[in-house]
Amino acid sequence: MAVQIGKMLAPEDIASATTMAENIRYRVFAHVMANNGGYLSQACSAAELLATLYTVANLAPLVSPKIPEPFKQVPGKGAAYLNGGDFHGEMGPDRDRIVVSPAHYALVVYAALIETGRLEASALEQFNKDGSTVEMIGAEHSPGFESTTGSLAQALSTAGGIALGRRIKGESGLVYVFMSDGEFQEGQTWEALQALAFHKLDNVRVIVDVNKGQCDGPMSEVMNIEPLSLRIRAFGCSVDSVQGHDISTLATALTRPTGKPHFVLAYTDPVRGVPVLNERAPNLHYLRFTGEEERQRYANAFAQMKVGR
Amino acid sequence: MSARSESPEIVIRPHVENFIDWSVDKPKVLVLTADLTNSCEVGKWSDTYPDRYFSMGMAEQNMMGFAAGLAREGFEPWLHTFSVFLYRRPLDQLQMSVAYPNLKVRLVGFLPGIATPGGVTHQSIDDIAIMRVIPNMTVLEVGDATEVESVLDIAHAIDGPVYLRMLRGEVPRLFETPMEFNKARVLNRADDNINEPADIVILTSGICTEEAMRAVPAMVDRGLKVTHLHVSTLKPFSDPTVTAALTSARKGVITMENHLVTGGLGSAVAEVMAENAIAVPLSRIGLNDTYAHGASLPYLLKEYQLDARALVDRAEALTGLSLSIPDSDLAETRVAALHSEAKAEAL
Repeated sequence: MAVQIGKMLAPEDIASATTMAENIRYRVFAHVMANNGGYLSQACSAAELLATLYTVANLAPLVSPKIPEPFKQVPGKGAAYLNGGDFHGEMGPDRDRIVVSPAHYALVVYAALIETGRLEASALEQFNKDGSTVEMIGAEHSPGFESTTGSLAQALSTAGGIALGRRIKGESGLVYVFMSDGEFQEGQTWEALQALAFHKLDNVRVIVDVNKGQCDGPMSEVMNIEPLSLRIRAFGCSVDSVQGHDISTLATALTRPTGKPHFVLAYTDPVRGVPVLNERAPNLHYLRFTGEEERQRYANAFAQMKVGR
Repeated sequence: MSARSESPEIVIRPHVENFIDWSVDKPKVLVLTADLTNSCEVGKWSDTYPDRYFSMGMAEQNMMGFAAGLAREGFEPWLHTFSVFLYRRPLDQLQMSVAYPNLKVRLVGFLPGIATPGGVTHQSIDDIAIMRVIPNMTVLEVGDATEVESVLDIAHAIDGPVYLRMLRGEVPRLFETPMEFNKARVLNRADDNINEPADIVILTSGICTEEAMRAVPAMVDRGLKVTHLHVSTLKPFSDPTVTAALTSARKGVITMENHLVTGGLGSAVAEVMAENAIAVPLSRIGLNDTYAHGASLPYLLKEYQLDARALVDRAEALTGLSLSIPDSDLAETRVAALHSEAKAEAL
């Protein structure tokens, strides 16, 4: 059997990642309650994905959690531009990279960074505040974002270029990409897949939150992408389709050597841990309370989650 | 410099060998193409440096992203394709993946404006306008073989994305000195002192400069005081020589570009004139709110009034003079045979 790609998870790693996922979900729910709405479903679906990714990836440790700097300027306007990739620690030839594609998951990414000790918990107080880099749909000055990915389906191509550049330089580190399933509706994603396969970039490992929902509603009604695994395989990449809330399964799929650009399709539950969200299904993209009555139901659900901890 | 009585030297595919030689000591320079490798004169480059050449197929959106990733890793990707394919389909990718992060990606676009029989789909008549409004972008356009050669160093030195409107195939050598960044060439002066009054000031870019160089000597011969500048840096557009020349215009200013009159050289000049309160008429030669069609370059230059004759007509209109310049004084338009051996590979 070929050697595993990436870090082998010990039982204690799996236990800590499981806790991390629960904390991500809890932290985002708390934030949504405090701010009267937000991207909650994305935390429900992706908590285990990001917990696994940040556990598996070989990132340089930080001395202490970073406090995000206020927004200063966009790139190219003189002074050095701060990059959200700094929260992933110092880059190195053997270090992995994490490229976050759907910037709409920013709140969940920030929560994951907090849970991994890379971002000060107080940073969420700056979320979506004027003058802050902890933006709602961030750019590459936002914590955890190496590139600017609010226009969806562009990060995979950039990650491909990063992976190609790293191969030219002889670097052994991997390029992990976190994607959402809606991005497979964009033609660029398939252009990227064919290029990854054509240039044999097996240092790219992609984990996809297949939560089957998008802004307009269920993907099956907006634009079908299934059978996704067959489509990806037909493009020359390897695929594992897994249940998206089992850390051990996710980690195994993510680190399985395939010799090809690899995709882990994590089929997730968009209301995981917050069943009250089912009332809104399938329109889960953004939670904005319709009134005090609905807000109270979520407050009760949050109180229950708090008690269960 | 006068080109009226002498035909310029024609250089065959100046980019081919020059780019190979230039790249030899620059290992970070890569080439990415989208199925137009020979058409963009980098086929031999790819044979010479196979480890630095990457075929991205007909997929320009993804090519932008790959270029961005490579630039983030410290490489300098030089994308070679036709101009239209660099900014029409992949504009969002160009802006968000490349321009916003200010990455050192070189966008080398061929077939400027109507300089192709390929018709509307291949004619980049709006590229300067679109590239000029993109923050962080530098916009360069070459007008002759010397500039095809010397533009590489200029683009290479810029810390950010560069759009380079390039020429291929048979290219005249009009200039002896290398192109300089953000510095117009003064091809004709109404007076030794650029601040002394001129009847008209003419600014041209790209292949229109050669057309203007046929007309200017004839106009000067008839007593018109003409200052003629060739512009090769469209953004930034802050050359003091340009402002000084514009300020010297008494009867008016004429711009002439292989592009729509909106958003390109004519607009850039209008902005400088307005900002500096230069109150003379501005007459812009170019395409007027129209797409073009597939035909030979001389045919299209005449049809859309982008040739030497069109410049004379505008000068007459601005000055109210009748210059009585016969066609014979406007030197024959150099015609590159449509299917000559020197022409690059098929579209």
